Amino acid sequence: MSTSQSQASLSALADRWLPKLVLSPTLLISLVFVYGFIAWTGWLSLTESRLLPQMDLAGLIQYQALFENDRWWTAVTNLGIFGGLFIGCTLAVGLFLAVLLDQKIRAEGTLRTIYLYPMALSFIVTGTAWKWMLNPDMGLQKVINDWGFPDFTFDWLVDPDKAIYTVVIAGVWQSSGFVMALFLAGLRGIDDSIIKAAQVDGASLPVIYWRIIIPSLRPVFFSVLLILSHIAIKSFDLVMALTGGGPGTASDVPAIFMYQFAFTRGQLGLGAASAMMMLMTIVAVLVPLMYMETRSAKRG
Amino acid sequence: MAKHLTPGRIVLYAALLLMAIYYLLPLYVMLSTSVKTLDDIRGGNLIALPQSITFDAWSKAWSSACTGVECGGMKGFFWNSVKMAVPSVLISTLIGAVNGYVVSMWRFRGSDVLFTLLLVGCFIPFQVVLLPMARLLGELGIANTTSGLILVHVIYGLAFTTLFFRNFFVTIPDELVKAARIDGAGFWTIFFRILLPISGPIFMVCVIWQFTQIWNDFLFGVVFASGESQPITVALNNLVNTSTGVKEYNVDMAAAIIAALPTLFVYMVAGRYFVRGLTAGAVKG
Repeated sequence: MSTSQSQASLSALADRWLPKLVLSPTLLISLVFVYGFIAWTGWLSLTESRLLPQMDLAGLIQYQALFENDRWWTAVTNLGIFGGLFIGCTLAVGLFLAVLLDQKIRAEGTLRTIYLYPMALSFIVTGTAWKWMLNPDMGLQKVINDWGFPDFTFDWLVDPDKAIYTVVIAGVWQSSGFVMALFLAGLRGIDDSIIKAAQVDGASLPVIYWRIIIPSLRPVFFSVLLILSHIAIKSFDLVMALTGGGPGTASDVPAIFMYQFAFTRGQLGLGAASAMMMLMTIVAVLVPLMYMETRSAKRG
Repeated sequence: MAKHLTPGRIVLYAALLLMAIYYLLPLYVMLSTSVKTLDDIRGGNLIALPQSITFDAWSKAWSSACTGVECGGMKGFFWNSVKMAVPSVLISTLIGAVNGYVVSMWRFRGSDVLFTLLLVGCFIPFQVVLLPMARLLGELGIANTTSGLILVHVIYGLAFTTLFFRNFFVTIPDELVKAARIDGAGFWTIFFRILLPISGPIFMVCVIWQFTQIWNDFLFGVVFASGESQPITVALNNLVNTSTGVKEYNVDMAAAIIAALPTLFVYMVAGRYFVRGLTAGAVKG
């Protein structure tokens, strides 16, 4: 096959602009649909828009209204409760399972499959299942009653003070297997000789885990925190399916607040302001975590 | 090192088994409730085995249960989700493959910065794009359609798919591509002849990730689709929260399993790739 000079230079030219050309549609899409849309939402949050978008800037009135809105504060408080407990419990359960599974277990593959399958489910399915299990009349409460504890009550789902905790229960069930998988991958990456050396020195297994192995998983901790806080701040589906934000507005979270004000109550400006607050929360949580993750990855 | 069944090991296995029961319980409850009669549900308890097995709830959930005003079951919505997920997954994966190829193997001045800018799309809470997107879909005349949802899923899936392929291609030695270029292979030849044949696993990971994400999505579905074009997650939520008439828990559970089947199936047959996708998407994203 003979290639002429001009053809060669033509293809060299093509190779120079093709990569840029190929990437440009995605970049344009990202520019418009991510950055442009964020700017649009940001702008909208600074206007008086209600049912229809208005473009005249009106300062921070929507944010003022947001901060004076009790429902917003309920949502923020719930996010704090849910986020803290969800992240803490999921992390603990995931790490616990990973450490257990790391003990040269028989049927490890099967157990892993069982622990992880909830991650394949939609939060709506998870919410539906747990809503039924936590049903105060016919769910787990009745099981315990039938077992000979007739006075046992478990009605968190319909208790305004406890409803948000049911979201934690379902959320931990769904996500802890995933955290287990991440930690297990981290544990498998640890050099066995370190552990053997410690064993020779007479350290017991719990001490080895607590002092040597778990600290060396620092980067994994950061990834897990990153993902879990991301899931927590965005949580919407699970709450919708499990409690619908209720009873009343007792288990509202910011994502539900945003959805309802922007799309069912026709308060575009307020909805946009709450969306911007969610974005800022994510940035405020994720940026330091990512910074620490990169630093710990470099050191470790 | 051989492990004997010491008391410690027994406790260990007991703990693992107990946790397995905890994870399996909701699945068992869903399955058993879905084949019980309503009388059995009311009379028995949550974890009791069904007294007799009936699939009436399943056929009702599939073809005649009411989700809001319509009473056509999950059938139509299931196909909506298929029609939405398949094109979205394919398109976003293919574009992601080419993008990942560029940002890993054809880096140019500024391409790293552009890639980072693109990655931001993985992190934003989608609430910040819902309002303008709803307006745009309205103006394009594809609000409340499956095409609209496909567009949205492709757009917001690109950051992830690009990331997957980029992370895969950077592990391939540069020499391979350099040698091919010296032999006169161009941009597309290298992609189709050299990289695609070895990209099977990452395609699996990416397709499975995207499919799970898109099939399970609720936010975009509930905001951008209504009535007949709803995806199955939205329909399921409507079914469960429809308050008219007798609450049929067996139908709810059958519908929930129907909504979960495709992703569960994928997990069962390709769990390995599923886990890899989760960890890959997680560690970097």
